[in-house]
Amino acid sequence: MNHLGTFLIRMGNAAVLLGSVLVLNFLLIHMAPGDVADTIAQSMGGADAEVMAQIRAEYRLDDPFLVQLTRYIGNVLRFDLGHSYFYNEPVTDLILRRLPATLLLVVTAQVLALLVGIILGVYSSRNPRGIFSHLITALSLFGFSAPVFWTGLLLLIALSLRLPLFPVAGMVDPTLDGGVWVRALDIAHHMVLPVLALSSIFLALYSRLSRASMMEVLESDYIRTAEAKGLGNTKVVYKHALKNAVSPVITLAGLQFSAVVSGAVVVETVFSWPGLGTLAFEAILARDTPTILGILFFSSLVVIVGNLLTDAAHRLVDPRLRRRG
Amino acid sequence: MTDPVLRIENLTVEIRTRTGVAPVIDDLSFRVDTGRTLALVGESGCGKSMTALAIMGLLPRGIGRIVRGSILLGAEDLATTSPARMRSIRGNEIGMIFQEPMTSLNPVYSVGEQISEVLRAHQGMGRKAAWSMAIELLDAVHIPNPSLRVSDYPFQMSGGQRQRVMIAIALACRPRVLIADEPTTALDVTVQAQIFDLLKDLQRDTGTAIILITHDMGAVTEMADEMIVMYAGRMAEAGPVEAVISRPRHPYTRGLISCVPHLGAIVDDDRPLLTEIPGIVPGLGQFGQDRCLFASRCELSDSHCRSARPAAYAITDGHSAACWQAGGAA
Ligand SMILES: Nc1ncnc2c1ncn2[C@@H]1O[C@H](COP(=O)(O)OP(=O)(O)O)[C@@H](O)[C@H]1O
Ligand SMILES: [Mg+2]
Repeated sequence: MNHLGTFLIRMGNAAVLLGSVLVLNFLLIHMAPGDVADTIAQSMGGADAEVMAQIRAEYRLDDPFLVQLTRYIGNVLRFDLGHSYFYNEPVTDLILRRLPATLLLVVTAQVLALLVGIILGVYSSRNPRGIFSHLITALSLFGFSAPVFWTGLLLLIALSLRLPLFPVAGMVDPTLDGGVWVRALDIAHHMVLPVLALSSIFLALYSRLSRASMMEVLESDYIRTAEAKGLGNTKVVYKHALKNAVSPVITLAGLQFSAVVSGAVVVETVFSWPGLGTLAFEAILARDTPTILGILFFSSLVVIVGNLLTDAAHRLVDPRLRRRG
Repeated sequence: MTDPVLRIENLTVEIRTRTGVAPVIDDLSFRVDTGRTLALVGESGCGKSMTALAIMGLLPRGIGRIVRGSILLGAEDLATTSPARMRSIRGNEIGMIFQEPMTSLNPVYSVGEQISEVLRAHQGMGRKAAWSMAIELLDAVHIPNPSLRVSDYPFQMSGGQRQRVMIAIALACRPRVLIADEPTTALDVTVQAQIFDLLKDLQRDTGTAIILITHDMGAVTEMADEMIVMYAGRMAEAGPVEAVISRPRHPYTRGLISCVPHLGAIVDDDRPLLTEIPGIVPGLGQFGQDRCLFASRCELSDSHCRSARPAAYAITDGHSAACWQAGGAA
C-alpha cells in the first residue's frame, strides 16, 4: 500500500542518515588530538611509554582506522556502545539512565513553546494592534537576542535565589519521600525554570510565525466562504483558519527540533539537570570517547525521531500529503 | 406581481481608504423576486462585489459600512439586524458562490465535510444525516459517483467540479436568495455553459431568486430576467433584460453591449460605431462626486453632465437610466 511504501522509504532514509552520523562522529573524535591512553595515563598521574603501549593494546587503539570503525559500527548495531573508562560502566546503561531526564526537558519545552506560541499567535492575529501583539514582538526581541544560558542564569537569580520559588538545581529532592504523585510534583517543580529557559526562544519563534501565518490565512477565499456559510467566529478561526495556518509552524518546529536538543545541553549544565547534556559536558572534559560517541549517537537518534514525528504531524493536517507520495 | 423576496432601498456603503471615505455603493435600489434572476453588470471596480458583501453582512471589517438605506429580506432589514441573526441568515436564507472555485473551498477538509457543515449549522442535522444529505446534494449538482466523491478533498477535483460543490454548499439549505459573484469567470467556456444550465435547473426546482454578478453580457441574456448596469457605485441603467439590451439608453450600457459582437448587431442603428469604451472606471476617490461619473469617458457628455449627478429617468415600465442625455434622446 501507498502509506506503507512512504513509511518504509522514510525509515530507510532515517537509517542511512543515522549510519552517516555514526561514521562522521567516529571520524571527528578520531581526528581530535589525544586519545584514551593519554587520558588514562593522566588520571594515573603520568605513565611511561611501556604502560602507554600496554593501554593502547588493551583498548586496541593501534588497529587501522577502518578496522576500528567497522568494529565500532558492529558493536553499535548490537546496542553495545562500549565501556566508559571514566564512569566505569557500559555506555548504553549510562545513557539510558540519563536519557529520560533530557527527553522530559526537550519534549516539555518543545510542546510548551508550540502550544503557547500558537495560542498567542492566533490571539494576536485577530487583533494585530492589541496587547498580545506587542507582547509577542517584545518576547521575540528578547528570545532572539538572549542566549539560552543567560536566560537560564537570569531566571535562576530572579526566581530561585532572590525569590526562592523554585529549586536551584537538580531534578529531584533526595530528602523527599512520598508517593508517585508527590515525586511527580517535585520533578515538575524542578522543571519549571529549565523548561522556561529552554522554551523562551522557541516560543518567540513559533508565536511570530503563527501570527503571520494566521493573518495570511484569514485573508484567504475559503475563510470568506466559511463566513458566507454563516459559521460562528470560533468555527471560522479554529476550524477553518488554524488547521491551514499551522502547517508552516509544524515545519519550523521540525527544523528547530535539533536546536531544542542542543539548547537542552546548555540548560542542563546551567541547572545541573541530570540528563545527557551534563553527561556530555563531563565526558568531554574527561575525554571519555565512548561516552561522547554514544551521546552523539543518541542525540542524532532523538532528532531523527523528532523529524519523523514532524512528518507524521504534517500528514495529519494536510490531506494533500496523505494521498499519494 | 409577486412580492419581492429581497428589496434594496437607497443603499449607500462607505469605504474608508487611506485618503478618506468614499461611497463605494451610492444610493442603489433594486428588487429581486422569487424564482427570478437579476443580473448586476459593470466593469471591474464598479462595486458589484461590495453590493453582494453588503447584502451578506460581510463588508470588510473596519473598512466598509452601510451608512444609509435598507436591505429588506421579506420584512426584515438586514442593514440593521444583529450579527447573530445575520449569521443565521447567511448560508441559510441567502447563499453565495464566488468567482474563484480553485481557492474558495478549504483545502484541508473533504467536500462532504464542507457541505454537511452548513446543514449541521442551520438545519440542526446530525453528522450522519448531514453526510447523506451532502451525497444527495453532490448528485443534484451532477457530480458523478457522489457517494465516492463525497470524501474527496478539493485538490482532487477540477475547477468546474469545485464550483459545483460551492453551488451545493450555497443551495444546501434551500436559500431564498442566491448571490453568484462572477461564478464562471475563472472557468473555460464549455464549463461556463454547464454551470449556468445547472443554476437554471436548480432555480426551477427550488424557486430561489438569483442575483448574478457578471461583466459578461452574453451570460446576462442567457440567464437573467432583469438587469442593473452599475457604474462607479451607482445605478446607470436598469430594467428587463430584453428592453435594456434591445433599447439601451445609457451610453455606458451601449458601450458594454457593443463589446459583444452578436449582441452588438441588435443595436447597430441605435448607436455610434464603437467597439470599446475608452478610458477606465474612476478610482474610489472620485466616487460620490456631484456629476455624472461616466462623463469623462462619454462622447455625448456636455457641461451639464460634468456639474450635476443625473437622476434616474424612467423610460418605460421598469426601464430607467441615470443619464442627462437619455431623456433628450427619448
Ligand atoms: N477591502 C477593500 N478595501 C478598500 N477598497 C476596496 C476593498 N475591496 C474593494 N475595494 C474597492 O471598492 C471598489 C469596488 O470594488 P468591487 O465591489 O470589488 O468591484 P467589482 O466587484 O464590481 O469589480 C473598487 O474601487 C475597489 O478597489
Ligand atoms: Mg467583483
